[in-house]
Amino acid sequence: MTAAPPLLEVRDIHHAYRLPRERLFAPPPLVQALSGVGFEIAAGRSLGIVGESGSGKSTLARIVMALDTPTAGSVRLLGQDLHALAPGALRAARRDFQMVFQDPYGSLDPRRTVARTVAEPLAAQGHASRAEQHERALEALAEVGLRPTDGSKYPHEFSGGQRQRIAIARALVTRPRLIVADEPVSALDVSVQAQVLNLLQDLRERLGLSYLLISHDLAVVQHLCDEVAVLHQGRIVERGTPAALFGHAQHPYTRALVDAVPAMVV
Amino acid sequence: MLEVSDLHIHLPTRRGMAEAVRGVDFTLARGGTLGLIGESGCGKSLTALALMGLLPEGARATGSIRFEGQELLGQSDRALQRLRGNRIAMVFQEPMTALNPVHPIGHQVAEPLRLHRSLGAAEALRAAVALLDRVGIPDAARRARDYPHQFSGGQRQRITIAMALACGPDLLVADEPTTALDATVQRQILRLIQELVAERGMALLLISHDLGVIAQNVGRMLVMYGGSVVESGPTAEVFSAMRHPYTRGLFAARPRLGQPLGPGQRLPTIAGTVPELADLPAGCPFAGRCAWTQQRCHTERPEATVLHDGHEVRCLRPEAMA
Repeated sequence: MTAAPPLLEVRDIHHAYRLPRERLFAPPPLVQALSGVGFEIAAGRSLGIVGESGSGKSTLARIVMALDTPTAGSVRLLGQDLHALAPGALRAARRDFQMVFQDPYGSLDPRRTVARTVAEPLAAQGHASRAEQHERALEALAEVGLRPTDGSKYPHEFSGGQRQRIAIARALVTRPRLIVADEPVSALDVSVQAQVLNLLQDLRERLGLSYLLISHDLAVVQHLCDEVAVLHQGRIVERGTPAALFGHAQHPYTRALVDAVPAMVV
Repeated sequence: MLEVSDLHIHLPTRRGMAEAVRGVDFTLARGGTLGLIGESGCGKSLTALALMGLLPEGARATGSIRFEGQELLGQSDRALQRLRGNRIAMVFQEPMTALNPVHPIGHQVAEPLRLHRSLGAAEALRAAVALLDRVGIPDAARRARDYPHQFSGGQRQRITIAMALACGPDLLVADEPTTALDATVQRQILRLIQELVAERGMALLLISHDLGVIAQNVGRMLVMYGGSVVESGPTAEVFSAMRHPYTRGLFAARPRLGQPLGPGQRLPTIAGTVPELADLPAGCPFAGRCAWTQQRCHTERPEATVLHDGHEVRCLRPEAMA
């Protein structure tokens, strides 16, 4: 008997961005954003990626979501190499992995009803009828604690926390196995953050989801993830369980991150 | 030095004028440090803007703000301009919006000196370079000629701090000065602000949504909710004995590094959501969301109860939280 492949397998990702030319006849300068990043996520487990601005964490999220093609390396979801798929096959594969963005104000179309926004990934899949899409959208809204009547409203009628619930409902509507969440609570107030974090935890337990959580906030990552990887200048410098990593950091960069968290005691 | 009493701010909203700040009182002595903490819409930033005379169009402030005995409310724009950037200076959350992208930074740091101290261009620039050096911009004399986009976010915030310090203000108002920065940079900037406050004997009003930042950086704190100060006191005292249900709720809602919850456990949340300004209850602003709400909480405005050491709480049932 062979072991099932991991849900997500990221292998030796290298990625370089080309900057605008500085001189007419010189080649444009390259920025090495990621250098040999690799990890796996088993089904139902969650991994947090922590790092500061410029560490490459959002580039990594875009590559895992197959929104950018890496210079080298592979991303396999359920054994399929996402970057080798034909466009049609990639679209079909997207039902298994969805994304939640940081800004709940910018990520929802203000001119569409909430139900249509939530149904969007299903519409992109192209199988479901309009009626079926609508029904699944309402189910997803219920999943995140919103009412069916909320489906016919527009984003501006909701608070930041509720908008993030809508964005999460949109990610859930295709019943994915993996959700990539890039700073999902950092734009929210502290008391609203707690509500959304609890929701993400409930959903993981109820639906067996995996998260790839990108965050600068160590406490949030500790709260939601089974494992953490620290990204620094495009490389994973340390990884482990939150308790091991934040309790006994080995790498100086991890230690600097842990030390920089202001303690909530006087 | 600064005495704010019974400050009320009314704002125009789609549903008419709403009271966004509802009777805020505090004092700040020379060299003192005070933190304002609360969530979006609690009135903390409006309170700071009122001090600077920078309230949004159509807003109306009543009550009293006295700075060195001088009443600031109702002052002309010209009189306030003489204070701003001079005796009272401000550092904002987003340094890129506070800096002018088309002027070299040395010029911008020198500007308040030319404006308020009537220094000549060369002299003001020399002073600006010294300030940039003090806030930790390496090779300040050369870099003074560079533009804001040539600096990192943390360096830009150092530059706005240099600008705020230029005239040696008596009061520095810092509104979320590190929220847009990485954690390791946040720590450096807060340390810089602390050093400068100690070194120059300025008073500091620090506004933040982050309990950790408040705990580590100010001597006294005010917790705001729904336009009111619900709890205030020496920071150490408030942290060791939080008495307002909102303060406790806010503290509990934040996941804590090194103290993970057990399996199946959830973060304690505050029920409901912040009401719109126009819908705030007539009584305690936290009524309805608070687990200890009684009938009278909806109608009676709680007075401040003094616990000890200047620790005050505005709650009709402070004994329930003892």
